[in-house]
Amino acid sequence: MELLLIFIIGLLHASGIYMLLRRSMFKMIIGLILLGNGVNMLIFLLGKLTKGHPPVIEDGAKIFTEIYADPLPQALILTAIVIGFGLQSFAIILIKRVYQVLKTDDLDELNSTDEEI
Amino acid sequence: MILAVLLGFIFAIGTPLWRRILFKTFPYLYSAVPVLLFIYFVSKLPEINGSNFLIETNSWIPQLGIDLNFRLDGLSMLFSLMITGIGSLVFIYTSYYLKGHNYLDRFYAYLSMFMASMLGVVLSDNLITLFIFWELTSISSFFLIGFNNEEESSRKSALTALGITGLGGLFMLVAFIWIGAISGTYSLTEMMSQPEVLKNSSAYFWIIILIFIGAFTKSAQFPFHFWLPGAMKAPTPVSTYLHSATMVKAGIFLLARFTPILGDSPEWNWTLTIIGAVTMTYAAVHSLFRTDLKSILAYSTISALGILVFLIGLGTEGALLAAALFILTHALYKAALFLITGIIDHETGTREILQLSGLKTKMMPVAIAGYIAALSSAGLPFLLGFLSKEAMYDATLQLPTAAGLLTFLVVLTKICLLVAGLWAGFKPFSGKISEASISAKMPSPKLWIPTILLGCLSLAFGIFPGLIDKTLILPVLNSIAGYEADTYLAIWHGFNLALGLSILTLVLGTLLFIYWKPSPGKIKAIERYASLSPENLVNVLGKGFQAFAEKWTSFFQNGYLRNYVITILLFLSIMVGYRLFSGVVIYLDWNQISEITTSEFVVVFLMVTSIFFVVFSKSRTAAIVALGVIGFSNCLFFLYYSAPDLAMTQFSIDTLTVLLFMLVLFKLPLNKTFSSVPIRIRDAVISLFFGALIAILALEVFEESSIREVSDYYADNAYILAKGRNVVNVILVDFRGFDTMVETAVLVIAAIGVFSLMYLNLNPEKKD
Repeated sequence: MELLLIFIIGLLHASGIYMLLRRSMFKMIIGLILLGNGVNMLIFLLGKLTKGHPPVIEDGAKIFTEIYADPLPQALILTAIVIGFGLQSFAIILIKRVYQVLKTDDLDELNSTDEEI
Repeated sequence: MILAVLLGFIFAIGTPLWRRILFKTFPYLYSAVPVLLFIYFVSKLPEINGSNFLIETNSWIPQLGIDLNFRLDGLSMLFSLMITGIGSLVFIYTSYYLKGHNYLDRFYAYLSMFMASMLGVVLSDNLITLFIFWELTSISSFFLIGFNNEEESSRKSALTALGITGLGGLFMLVAFIWIGAISGTYSLTEMMSQPEVLKNSSAYFWIIILIFIGAFTKSAQFPFHFWLPGAMKAPTPVSTYLHSATMVKAGIFLLARFTPILGDSPEWNWTLTIIGAVTMTYAAVHSLFRTDLKSILAYSTISALGILVFLIGLGTEGALLAAALFILTHALYKAALFLITGIIDHETGTREILQLSGLKTKMMPVAIAGYIAALSSAGLPFLLGFLSKEAMYDATLQLPTAAGLLTFLVVLTKICLLVAGLWAGFKPFSGKISEASISAKMPSPKLWIPTILLGCLSLAFGIFPGLIDKTLILPVLNSIAGYEADTYLAIWHGFNLALGLSILTLVLGTLLFIYWKPSPGKIKAIERYASLSPENLVNVLGKGFQAFAEKWTSFFQNGYLRNYVITILLFLSIMVGYRLFSGVVIYLDWNQISEITTSEFVVVFLMVTSIFFVVFSKSRTAAIVALGVIGFSNCLFFLYYSAPDLAMTQFSIDTLTVLLFMLVLFKLPLNKTFSSVPIRIRDAVISLFFGALIAILALEVFEESSIREVSDYYADNAYILAKGRNVVNVILVDFRGFDTMVETAVLVIAAIGVFSLMYLNLNPEKKD
């Protein structure tokens, strides 16, 4: 299973980068999201996979009595997901705005800063 | 002495403060600075007899061995006197020459800064301090040469001068640090007491080469000479100051300073002799072709500097004596000639010697000064020039090897210099008055008194050499040679070969002056070879470098986001990829791999399909939906592998993203393909390569045993310390609570950004 996950991680990275390199801003954001997913999965995988043992201490116990999934990568990913959402929503609104003002989705047409808005 | 050195700096820094009050009321106060310093150094003169020297210690950065120690010996005395003496004349001269100039106060500030730096160079006993002052002379001369900053050629010359001398300075710094490392001290005095340490070290050769580069760039030696004629764009007082006595002589000073420490080896002597000989003949011949007064003086200055390098290179007692004498001689007559050129330029508005003649009827005192300077440069008896020329011929004639050839070169140079001196100091004043000269008026005494003073000194020292031989020249000789030398100067040495050569020089030079006329045609004739000159080569090199830099910049800094991404990715991939493929063995422990269940396989399949769909789909709506599927599959993975919190967050966030996308979607243009097929293939290759790299890296890291120390701490203490059972939540809101708070702040900022972008109206006339 881990091998399949690694394959997916590689694929997510590759597709994310590919989309990031496109000229369309819309595709760029998609690439950003894909890349974010890929990184989250990578962190998750590196924390070692554990099935059916969430890092929640059972009622009545003060500490874990059996094995449990590593909570640290999960805390990291949780933060990453939320921050990623902040970035994505800002980027989505930004390209919407850019398109409204400049009527283009093409990054190459945004090279000049001197144009009148 | 520290006050003497720093006075100029204090004065320069304070200029903005007191220029309004002082400058308007007492404009001569500026000249008081060099005059006072000159008097100070003259008063020290009796203490510098024989090989005595004064030393003053001031601690600055003792941890690094850098201090403000000053050493006043014969050599630095001679230079200090020239710097402050000629400085005084230049300061007075400028007060009239640039009268009414807007930036006169600024000019004085630069000039006093330059003077102070020069004093620092000649007085420093510490190599690092010497280097700092050395660079300060480059910087302040940059401002002086480029003083007419509205002219492009002026700015360009200033930049060339700064570039060449600054570059040389850096080489010198390397040499200084090297010397410091070998001899264990930066103090010149200590080095002089143990010269064999440096001479016997294996780095000796490289050290002298680096020192030579520093000295040659500063003193305009072939092939670095070309910045000097360009620097003639400066106002004449600057040229006078920089080129007769100070800036360009700094290189000579450096060589003389290091003669007792590094000198007297075949490498040292022969390099200096050859470079000096090439420079002196090359520039002397060049000076014959110039018609602009300042150009003539520029080339004859280069030639004179060549003579000095040559004499220091010979290294015999006679040659060093000739060098010491010639430093003074040249400073006196060249400063006078420059000042006279300034006067002529000021009064007639031209510096073309072909248009100038007969000025003596208009300005007799200037003419007298001009004649004295020209004759001193020609080396007529009863002038200081005669003594130095005799000493030179004596020195070369007594050489054990190649005496004939070297003497011939010196005589040749002297003949050319004589002609150049006559052109500059004699021609404008004699003969019938020319058209350009008619309108000239008698200049203000402030302009001509300095020139006469210089002439008087040449004359006085020439007639009574006893005035300087024991008090000034002998200490100089002692400090250059590093041992007690004994010499006396006399006008009459009896009939000998040197006297014969002197007469020959005079006769041939006068004949050449009468029969050789520089003309525009002759200038053209030698300009054909200009493409081979070092100046041109440097320009070509500079342009090439600039073109290369432009190409380089426009290649990497091209303004296309994706190209930056590609550059960074390729660099990263190649670096990491190289490490991975050379030496790291992938080892797979099948025990660590869990088996695949059907449901998991379905999710994986779903995910891979969606990824491909997102990438290749033509429809935006479909792409967004597929993106949603990827997110939800991700969510399922989290759920399978014991991360319910992640699954919940991912689920809600993904829903929100898809919703947001859908909301703004109708405002977005159609999904277009902008890139061509080859570019897409290139991008695909790059991204697949990067993806593969990440996958291999993930595999590598996965195989490493993980350390769960931190995780275990959190897990063990989640309930005991924080009274929470869900460890992930406890980490976020308790153990790392502050981080989460800041993260929330980031989200708030993002929300404010989103909100303001939605309601921002850039065009007030058009309402959304």
